[in-house]
Amino acid sequence: MKMNKKKSAYFADTIERFMRHKLAVVGLIIVIIEIVLLVVLPLIMDLQPFTITDQFYGTPGREFILGTDANGRDVFARLIYGGRISLLIGFLAVLASAAIGIPLGIIAGYYRGGAEMIIMRLADMFQSIPQMCLNIVLVSVLSPSVSTLVFVIGVMGWPSFARLLYAKVISIREKEYVESARAIGTKNTVIMLKYILPNAISPALVAFTFGIPNAILAESALSFLGLGIQIPLASWGNMLNAAQSIAIVSTKPWLWIPPGLCIFVTLISVNMFGDSLRDALDPKTKVG
Amino acid sequence: MGRYILKRLLTAIVAFFGITIIAYGLATLMPGSPLDLLVQPETGVSAEELAEIKHRMGLDRPIIIQYFFWLKNLLQGNFGTSYSQHRPVLELMAGRIGPTMILSLSSMALALMISIPLGMVAGYKAYSGWDYGSTILAFVGQAAPNFFVALLLIYIFSVKLGWLPVTGMYDAGSSGSFGELMRHLCLPCLALTFQSIGIYTRQMRNSMVECLSDDYVRTARAKGLKESVVLFKHTLRNALLPLVTQVGLSIAKLAGGAIVTEQIFSWPGMGTLMLKAIQGRDYPLIMGVTVLISSIVLIGNIIVDIIYRMLDPRIDDKG
Repeated sequence: MKMNKKKSAYFADTIERFMRHKLAVVGLIIVIIEIVLLVVLPLIMDLQPFTITDQFYGTPGREFILGTDANGRDVFARLIYGGRISLLIGFLAVLASAAIGIPLGIIAGYYRGGAEMIIMRLADMFQSIPQMCLNIVLVSVLSPSVSTLVFVIGVMGWPSFARLLYAKVISIREKEYVESARAIGTKNTVIMLKYILPNAISPALVAFTFGIPNAILAESALSFLGLGIQIPLASWGNMLNAAQSIAIVSTKPWLWIPPGLCIFVTLISVNMFGDSLRDALDPKTKVG
Repeated sequence: MGRYILKRLLTAIVAFFGITIIAYGLATLMPGSPLDLLVQPETGVSAEELAEIKHRMGLDRPIIIQYFFWLKNLLQGNFGTSYSQHRPVLELMAGRIGPTMILSLSSMALALMISIPLGMVAGYKAYSGWDYGSTILAFVGQAAPNFFVALLLIYIFSVKLGWLPVTGMYDAGSSGSFGELMRHLCLPCLALTFQSIGIYTRQMRNSMVECLSDDYVRTARAKGLKESVVLFKHTLRNALLPLVTQVGLSIAKLAGGAIVTEQIFSWPGMGTLMLKAIQGRDYPLIMGVTVLISSIVLIGNIIVDIIYRMLDPRIDDKG
């Protein structure tokens, strides 16, 4: 009886794992298709995201498949160009977070003591202020543009990298190979770069994957509030900004449903991928 | 317990000072001096008068000194005067905390009321249709931006069905009854709740699965206790613990989400006040709102930590 139960749990686990990896594959495929479309479509189609035509609020039709906005600009073209900007900001911002968070996490975990105190308390502090709140203030300080958004969202995202790296590094530093490296007088910087970093790459990858949806979400929320990417440039968030009046929400759904769906599909795909990646890289985590 | 609370308060105080430094630092970096708003160039204010105003406002001192003056006033409850509305910041904020708390707390309560039962069932019947349903719900909840959810809710419940109002806390020009408040609260609360449901349900489900395989559950079952007793008396309490931690972690996110949600629904809370302050480059108001929101989040985190300790007697005082 007991055997049976174990067996069925094992099968269920296997099915669950398979499902998760299937989800990961689906997520990855969707993201790849999306990136290919965003890169290729402007090359093969004649897309004019900035041209102002005399068709204000044109309904979707043969000429403009997703209609036009308040200034007669092609919504589909803006969706494609906006997607490029949204994904680019998401990716670059996470790179920035990684560039700050990974070294700090490694330093805190490797040296412990004072460095650990300062860095981890700083991380606590950053995480106790609502990120959105700080983002809003920072963006208005620095005047909004693509590079400011990358900077602001990137700087705000470092604690999650630092935290994950730190947790991993404190266990790595006790390993024999680190100890032996230290014993033969290897410099700390070399140990951190050659022995610690390569072994701490999996939490960094997980943080990276989950950082992207967060960054895209932060960009779109700021742009939605009118504090991010500014017109005439397009991003998925600032396209949704057009829907701040009830009249537009009710009568012109082509303006806000497509960019909203794009954000949603992107985030759910990256999350599905990231979830499985975390499971795969860390065999200790239980299924679920 | 007392020692723990004391220690927790001390770290919170350090964090509070960190917050004030960040808020003040950011506000002083803002382009345009506050004088620009008070002294328009065409009014022809002389250099001496300008210097006099500067001196009166303390703007001719080093920034660090200015910070300590601001901090001293802050600790005495004086948040300064709003540049754009010429009223004390504290007074402006006082009327806004209530609506924000109503929105955030009701959203948190709703999220828990939905996710705890949902997560319990999903964990109890792991790998069933229920379970996969909750997994899908979790992914959808995490991926849907709350402003998009808000717009969809408006489109469905307000525009298409005409059931619920979309702006403000009360109907225009009415004195406001409880029922009216509830009707106005529905959509913003739902929009804000959506993002939490997924995470909470998932957490609840996972800890349920874990607790059900623990020894004490097997013992309880072996004793011949009714399944409902095992479930609600033995498992639930333990399974709730990780959820408490999760709630603590999500408070800051909830506060951020509330800013966007308030803006969409013209909810007269801290979020709309903050965005108005940003537009008007109203430094004292921006600093005040940032400090207050962050402090509320900080206090919320302390409360959650203390609740955790009370629920879990296994953790001793030393931790």
